[in-house]
Amino acid sequence: MDIPTLTFFAFAAVLIFASMRVITARNPVHAALHLILAFFTCGAIWALLQAEFLAIAIILVYVGAVMVLFLFVVMMLDINMDRIRQGFWKHLPLGVVIGLLMVLEMGMVLGSRYFQVPAADAIEPANVSNVKTLGALMFSDYVYPFELASIVLLVGMIAAIVLTHRGPKNTKYINPSKQIAVKAQDRVRVLQMPVEKE
Amino acid sequence: MFENFVVPNLLPALPELFLTTMALVILMLDLVVKSPRRTPIFVLTQATLVVCALIQLVTSTGEVAFTFSNMFVDDLMADVLKFFLYATVIVVLFYSRGYVLDREPMAKGEFYVLALFATLGMMVMISANHFLTLYLGLELLSLSLYAMVAMNRDSVVSTEAAMKYFVLGALASGMLLYGMSMIYGATGTLEITELTMRLASGGANKSVLIFGLVFLVAGLAFKLGVVPFHMWIPDVYHGAPTGVTLFIGSAPKLAAFAIVMRLLVSGLWTLAADWQNMLMILAVLSMAVGNLAAIAQTNLKRMLAYSAISHMGFMLLGIVTGVVARKSGGPDPVLALNAYSSAMFYVLAYVMMTACAFGMILLLARAGFEADELEDFKGLNKRSPWFAGMMLIVMFSMAGIPFFIGFFAKFSVLQAVVISGQYWLAIVAVIFSLIGAFYYLRVVKIMYFDAPVDTTPIAAPLDMRVLVSANGLAIALFGIFPQWLMSICAAALKNSL
Repeated sequence: MDIPTLTFFAFAAVLIFASMRVITARNPVHAALHLILAFFTCGAIWALLQAEFLAIAIILVYVGAVMVLFLFVVMMLDINMDRIRQGFWKHLPLGVVIGLLMVLEMGMVLGSRYFQVPAADAIEPANVSNVKTLGALMFSDYVYPFELASIVLLVGMIAAIVLTHRGPKNTKYINPSKQIAVKAQDRVRVLQMPVEKE
Repeated sequence: MFENFVVPNLLPALPELFLTTMALVILMLDLVVKSPRRTPIFVLTQATLVVCALIQLVTSTGEVAFTFSNMFVDDLMADVLKFFLYATVIVVLFYSRGYVLDREPMAKGEFYVLALFATLGMMVMISANHFLTLYLGLELLSLSLYAMVAMNRDSVVSTEAAMKYFVLGALASGMLLYGMSMIYGATGTLEITELTMRLASGGANKSVLIFGLVFLVAGLAFKLGVVPFHMWIPDVYHGAPTGVTLFIGSAPKLAAFAIVMRLLVSGLWTLAADWQNMLMILAVLSMAVGNLAAIAQTNLKRMLAYSAISHMGFMLLGIVTGVVARKSGGPDPVLALNAYSSAMFYVLAYVMMTACAFGMILLLARAGFEADELEDFKGLNKRSPWFAGMMLIVMFSMAGIPFFIGFFAKFSVLQAVVISGQYWLAIVAVIFSLIGAFYYLRVVKIMYFDAPVDTTPIAAPLDMRVLVSANGLAIALFGIFPQWLMSICAAALKNSL
């Protein structure tokens, strides 16, 4: 067994272990941390397959952004895991059936002859970096849609801010110059009333 | 891999580049502008659009130019449509200015920035020669419009309209994308000119193509707002703030016409026999539902929404007959050109009329008062004979009464239908136009023969009055000299097909 195969098995073992812990850990923070480990190991396996771009993307996007956000949410919410676990055995048969179906479907797709990659296409010539190739395409042939997509994202950002930003009105901030300029007449209202007898 | 890199020719896309740069500059400038009326932002936005129009005029060569690895096409049709697009957006922003200022949540610089980005989206759509850019342009337009509708966030109706628009718009985009992916699967290309060649050479799986075509037509029909994909139109037109309704109802029709032409007429014209039947059903249903449902409306914005549906159905007739003309007895480019240019003329005329109609609603609206009910137009003649006259011109023109531009738009489309030999289609179109005339004339009757309910004097600023008057007079003027616009349309399409 050569070194790459050995590394693959090591990563695969870590991946399976991490994925199992995601669903078995009692503490939600532990589960989220194991999910990070699973993503990271996935990235490592992609790197083994010479898909550097996907490897970097999954680490930057999922580990760097999505999971950090996820951890924040998990830490802030008080999730009662025991309540979630109730009825585990009741739902298990359905879960197993769905899982088996998914394995079967995947097997059908991967096993059918339409989806086989010819061996000649699978071997990349040496010195080809797919990050570089993607980048070159993105900034040459596809520069126009690439820039347009960035503008679409910008519009999304502007729209989100316009629709949710209500100005600093609901903060406790008090304008000092207004505070100093206040007069007694603005605060106290003197009413003229007839004297009332008991 | 970088040795063969060529800097794309930026000249055809100069207006797009300029508009993008200016939109970003305006977005930043908005941070430092203190004036609550946002006058500098408004002026700069309008100046940007004027400069874009000038660039378009100067750089227009009449030749077909491709750039950005054939993803962008600049031909005379694109030039003409973009020129009218800038003009429409300029007029729309002038009309909606007072309305926006009166409604606090919308009186922000972002309104103008979003309008500019929506314009950019439409420009991209008009010049798209690739499924990817076409879709991105469409999303840019839609995303900006959703935000503009929702901007009036204190109004429940507007929020509901934005939500409906967003959900249905996303569904339509999904359909369009699904259709595109099917066609990509069958032909292996996303580029429209390349697609035409591959389809002409044959060999593509026909059933996959038809499958994709159905979804493509459904997505386009959603965006055009024709029956049975019209459900969003009345609610969005009614619920959106009138200034935004005006925007949605006018300029995007130009872009929608452009993508129908690019996708169906130039891209998929080998499949014309198939999509022609689909469009015919859509057209007849739209004219029927639009005109009949408009009669029952008491809200002017809703009535104009149904009228938009019927007008788009009528416009589709032009595109349908172009293909018939090509099909019967071999291709006849002259008749096809005639039919397409009549459809283009129809769109331009419709945009002009709809801008003026919503302009009138905005003219009568003031802070806290929308003026969008038919009731609000009662006795307008007693309050202001001049503007009642303008509204009369718009309504007569929309009904297709000679000699206003709407008459010639309908006339030229009908002429194309009759020449193509489909008399039953022409008869159906005329009957529904006659039914439609009823509700347009009802507005005229309300203005001239009913007693006014609201007697507040019209307090619109001078520029608004001048612009609405100019718009109304343009409808009358182009009605007397329709050949000016007609020859532009014919010339634009001649070099582009």
